[in-house]
Amino acid sequence: MTGGGFSRRIYYAVGITLLVLFLLTVGVAYIDLGALNIVVAMAIATFKTILVVLYFMHVRYSSRVTWVFVSASFFWLVILLVLTLSDYVTRGV
Amino acid sequence: MTDSHSHVAHQFDDLAQQQDASNLGMWAFLATEVLFFGGMFAAYAVYRTLYYDAFVAGSQHMDVLLGAINTAVLLLSSLTVALGVHEVKRGNNAGLTRYLLLTITLGLTFLVIKGFEYSHKYADGLIPGVHFTLDGPEHVGLYFILYFVMTGFHALHMIVGVGIMTAMVIMTRRGRFSPEYHNPIEVSGLYWHFVDIVWIFLYPLFYLIRVHP
Amino acid sequence: MKTAPEDVLQKNYITAEYGIRSWLLTRDHKRIALLYLISITLFFFVGGFFAVLMRLELMTPQGDVVSAETYNRLFTMHGVAMIFFFLVPSIPAVLGNFLLPMMLGARDLAFPRLNLLSWYLYMIGGCYTIYAMVTGGIDTGWTFYTPYSTGYSTTNVVPVVVGIFVLGFSSILTGVNFIVTTHKMRAPGLTWFRLPLFVWAQYATSVIILLATPVLAITLALLGVERIFRVGIFDPALGGDPILFQHMFWFYSHPAVYIMVLPSMGVVSELVTCFARRRIFGYRFMAFAVMAIAVLGFLVWGHHMFVSGQSVYAGMAFSALSFFVAIPSAIKVFNWTATLHKGRIEFRTPVLYAFGFIGLFTIGGLTGLFLATLAVDVHLTDTYFVVAHFHYIMVGGAVMGYLGGLHYWWPKMTGRLYHEGWAKFSALILFVGFNLTFFPQFVLGYLGMPRRYYIYPEEFQVLNVLSTAGASILGFGYIIPMVYLLWSLRKPRTAGPNPWNAKGLEWLTPSPPPTHNFDTTPVVTEGPYEYEEKSADDG
Repeated sequence: MTGGGFSRRIYYAVGITLLVLFLLTVGVAYIDLGALNIVVAMAIATFKTILVVLYFMHVRYSSRVTWVFVSASFFWLVILLVLTLSDYVTRGV
Repeated sequence: MTDSHSHVAHQFDDLAQQQDASNLGMWAFLATEVLFFGGMFAAYAVYRTLYYDAFVAGSQHMDVLLGAINTAVLLLSSLTVALGVHEVKRGNNAGLTRYLLLTITLGLTFLVIKGFEYSHKYADGLIPGVHFTLDGPEHVGLYFILYFVMTGFHALHMIVGVGIMTAMVIMTRRGRFSPEYHNPIEVSGLYWHFVDIVWIFLYPLFYLIRVHP
Repeated sequence: MKTAPEDVLQKNYITAEYGIRSWLLTRDHKRIALLYLISITLFFFVGGFFAVLMRLELMTPQGDVVSAETYNRLFTMHGVAMIFFFLVPSIPAVLGNFLLPMMLGARDLAFPRLNLLSWYLYMIGGCYTIYAMVTGGIDTGWTFYTPYSTGYSTTNVVPVVVGIFVLGFSSILTGVNFIVTTHKMRAPGLTWFRLPLFVWAQYATSVIILLATPVLAITLALLGVERIFRVGIFDPALGGDPILFQHMFWFYSHPAVYIMVLPSMGVVSELVTCFARRRIFGYRFMAFAVMAIAVLGFLVWGHHMFVSGQSVYAGMAFSALSFFVAIPSAIKVFNWTATLHKGRIEFRTPVLYAFGFIGLFTIGGLTGLFLATLAVDVHLTDTYFVVAHFHYIMVGGAVMGYLGGLHYWWPKMTGRLYHEGWAKFSALILFVGFNLTFFPQFVLGYLGMPRRYYIYPEEFQVLNVLSTAGASILGFGYIIPMVYLLWSLRKPRTAGPNPWNAKGLEWLTPSPPPTHNFDTTPVVTEGPYEYEEKSADDG
């Protein structure tokens, strides 16, 4: 788990990609996409998260247990969001 | 006794087991943190679905530029943390100290800017329960409550993060870390990256709801 | 390594050091377990005291012991003390803390200092809550439903909520510790499918603690914000949505039911195999079943909200999902029964508690299915049927398992044997007292008596008197073990390392174990319950 790691070039590349994606988020927000605005914003944010998790947090070369922990926390977040919203979006249908 | 051996606590067999354990411990804790913020994101999702217009009205009072600067600051700080971990693995403790100090500076910059934003909100009467004079749509208060609670808890995590990084600087100065033993740096880095990820979502959700003309 | 002198070999974790400091600053998981044992027993009797007053009040249809306001405080504080400060930490913090590292062949938990911090957080949260109870109490019900809790109650809502918030972190740290320890500190040869089912249960419980408790923490934090700053998050009069509070609250509190009962299931698996002298029936099914319960438990919370105004469609989905939890629960009950079938059962005290658990949990689980059925629940919501149902799970299940485990491992923890006759007697008394207390409540609820009232129509009196009579037997049943267990401490340490001839790494060490648990790390070569092989050798 220790040792290894990425080269410095990769860290810089990921850092710059993150900044570019951030500028993209801001840029896209100024275009009217209707309901798609939030979808695009969340998609970019999720992609940024994946980059941070895989490279900065080294999950790319971490043990399988770490992958399970990361996936579990997001899976449970989805349970919380989806089941809670399932009530609100089906009210009065 | 080798130098790295002295870092092994009695309950562990070797350094590798100890490092795996503390990494996994941090990941387990971060899973908890995901759900802690997750509860707030759920509340956000529900109220944004119910009262979209109020959220649009509320978000018009955000300073998109200050928020953008803060986002950039935090993304940069994540990079400096990653580079710090990289340096300590190569035995470059001077480089580690430099990156840690840079991280702390960026973290403090974030907090100062956040402080300015909060004080503007206070001056404009946008803090529910404390000083709220906005005459907007019916549920606009909810937007600001969630804004203050979510960014407030995030800022609290930032303060803790700055504290942890300061402790890491002190430990580095005392020569505690080496290419073999630098687990506290890695684990603190994981925490810092997590706090950064929370902000990656907070920024578009609060500042960029409807900025297009 | 040099051979240790005689007196070092004699030292166990209790005699290793002396003085109050050595206990309050200990990092030994076994000592921390004892600290927890003392503290949660205290809370158990605090919660029990409130229950006694409630049952006294309910002996007659009129209100003659306490006022309505006091009664509201009593049932709230009974719930808060029992759920948050006794049931949630009970088995994990006491038996889990003591046994998990030993069952894994480890010297301690992965993070001993964090473990001690957990206990301090528990004590801070606990003391603060006690303070809040003494200075006025709280009357919102243990569910803290908004807007009553945020806008109308004049009692100590904020201090209690702060106490539970702090306690949450204690749970979370214990959960982190158990998960990491199970992953990283297993002895050589101890693969996942050689783990005792007690460890599986602790692991599943820790997963729930880790993923559910933070949501309770943030929910209570938002409740505090609303109450202190008078802003509308959940209060409809201020623009919030009270149903959202219920969603977030039950996202924790339904899985919390499994935090309380899964560890007991783990205990029962150990007891059943040991005293039936048999391998557990369907080991892998048992392991998968606890994990399945842990996951499915997160998908059903809406069944607490069928009459709340939640969407009908969400209600139907939550109702359907609730039935799925019955599958792994039933697997467990069937497999325990199958393990007992044709076993040479030794009727010692711990296994009596295990029998109690299996029977009472089955009743509690099946009545849970009634309540998960949308249409039936509309009739039964907020009646004594619900009260009876969850006491069958919580007391009949969780507490029976806890007491069974305490009796089973008491010789390991203290080195002493308790009086078997008294112990069997009290197990019997508890079973009888429990059923007499709570079975009438099923009938009361079905007849329509609502919960949380201090007065009731006269036709309900007979059943209520029966229930109160049962409660006094039950209360007596809880005092007896206190007496004979404490009494056993006066006797010499004669239990020996393995009084039950049980399998499991914890029985390989002396009783009480030395601070470092094992002189040499054990190497595991077989599954956890190889009882039959051994009996064949004996014969």
